[in-house]
Amino acid sequence: MLPPAAASPGTRPTVYRHRIATRLWHWVNAIAIFVLLGSGLTILNAHPHLYWGVYGANFDHAWLHTPHWPSYLTIPASYNLAIARRWHLSFALIFAFSLLFLIIASLLNRHFQRDLRLRARDFRGGVLWHDFKEHLALRFHDPKNPQAYNVFQKLSYALVIFVLIPLMILTGLAMSPGMNAGWPWLLDLFGGRQSARSIHFIAAAGLVAFTIVHLALVILAGPFNEVRSMITGRWTVPPEGEI
Amino acid sequence: MTLMTRRALISRGALAGGAAATGGMLLSGCDRLAENEQFRQILFSGEKINYHLQRLVVDRNALAPEFRPDQMSPRFRTNGTANPGTPEYGRMVAENFANWRLKIGGLVTKPTELSLPQLRSIPARTQITRHDCVEGWSAIGKWHGPTLKSLLQLAGVKPEARYVLFTCADLYGGKPYYETIDMTDALHPQTILAWAMNDRVLDVGHGAPVRLRVERQLGYKHAKYVMAIDAVPSLSGIGLGKGGYWEDRIDYDWFAGI
Repeated sequence: MLPPAAASPGTRPTVYRHRIATRLWHWVNAIAIFVLLGSGLTILNAHPHLYWGVYGANFDHAWLHTPHWPSYLTIPASYNLAIARRWHLSFALIFAFSLLFLIIASLLNRHFQRDLRLRARDFRGGVLWHDFKEHLALRFHDPKNPQAYNVFQKLSYALVIFVLIPLMILTGLAMSPGMNAGWPWLLDLFGGRQSARSIHFIAAAGLVAFTIVHLALVILAGPFNEVRSMITGRWTVPPEGEI
Repeated sequence: MTLMTRRALISRGALAGGAAATGGMLLSGCDRLAENEQFRQILFSGEKINYHLQRLVVDRNALAPEFRPDQMSPRFRTNGTANPGTPEYGRMVAENFANWRLKIGGLVTKPTELSLPQLRSIPARTQITRHDCVEGWSAIGKWHGPTLKSLLQLAGVKPEARYVLFTCADLYGGKPYYETIDMTDALHPQTILAWAMNDRVLDVGHGAPVRLRVERQLGYKHAKYVMAIDAVPSLSGIGLGKGGYWEDRIDYDWFAGI
């Protein structure tokens, strides 16, 4: 069951949209985030209270008590902190070093400069408002330059690649008692280990929110065409006025 | 508004449902993967990578952060064993540890036994540090005791020693609780055998009469009720060979620096 947009591509042009480095990182990162979220919830179940500052335990003031995360969301399904940490800390390495790979590759192949660079004109003359209305109308591409990312796309990808994922990695390292000795500035940056732990959780919630919107937009923009472009790199330009 | 056909909507709904179902299957797939011996070895190699990366980027003598007295936790909870509860330990508490002896042995030139007054006469270090439980909570306390390095020097640790084994008074399944650390952490200036906490003699809940403080690792490495210290060449042959009680029992990481 293919959506109509992809079922009859007709003579619409197919363009090479995503380079191999982007595609490789995208899927490796998707798996890593999936494992990190699931195992992270198991770790959170071990002490589901979040604090600000340099310390925080049962008698201290928690700003958030998270619910008990059910077994169908956690890795492993049955509570096992040791195994959850194995998943989490092994995939954290994949997560962090694949981001490093993406940044180097995207600077070399100019993906960042070409596709993600935000320019002053992106914020002028009601461009954001226009883009917002276009999103509501489920029109995601500029007919004049369909391959270009829209402003919201650029903003959200930049937020994930340059803010949320680095924040996850750095707050994660700030929670390591070993790294605290080596890089004490990380603790100062985040206001202490328990603050870092809270920010780690908030940034993870941000990644969950991004993933939900991202998947929803993939479905609305034509999932076959979009997913295929992330596998083969080839993307069929949707007809004007259609999604 | 763009027109969307009912069929497209239904197929997209099915796709979203399918994605959720796939997610569920992938999650349970993770558990099956973790039971596969080859995959388990790959998964567990993350610990060794993290260990070597940290040893690479963190100076062997880099200090764990120390805190001001006003940053100390108002209450420092006990965790794990709150009282070994054995007749032997009960007797030691009743005698106020008068007959307690710390044995230092293994790969040393002079196997040594120290009474509590002897241990307390060794120059001590005081440090206000953060204790990070593997579960996620943290507490800041003040610890006081001689460095492990000074004790190892006292007994003359041999160069072939690679790890230090701590054998404790609390029993699990009839066997003493144990823990090990490598020489880098053993000789670290903040690694101490604490006999006082928060300006008082260490209480039973926190590991009386002495506990290990190995400040660059998680809480479960800080063995309480230490009875014997042994310099050893390897971890094999001790317990199940994974380096500690929790490591043997439920696969906790031996290197708990992250």
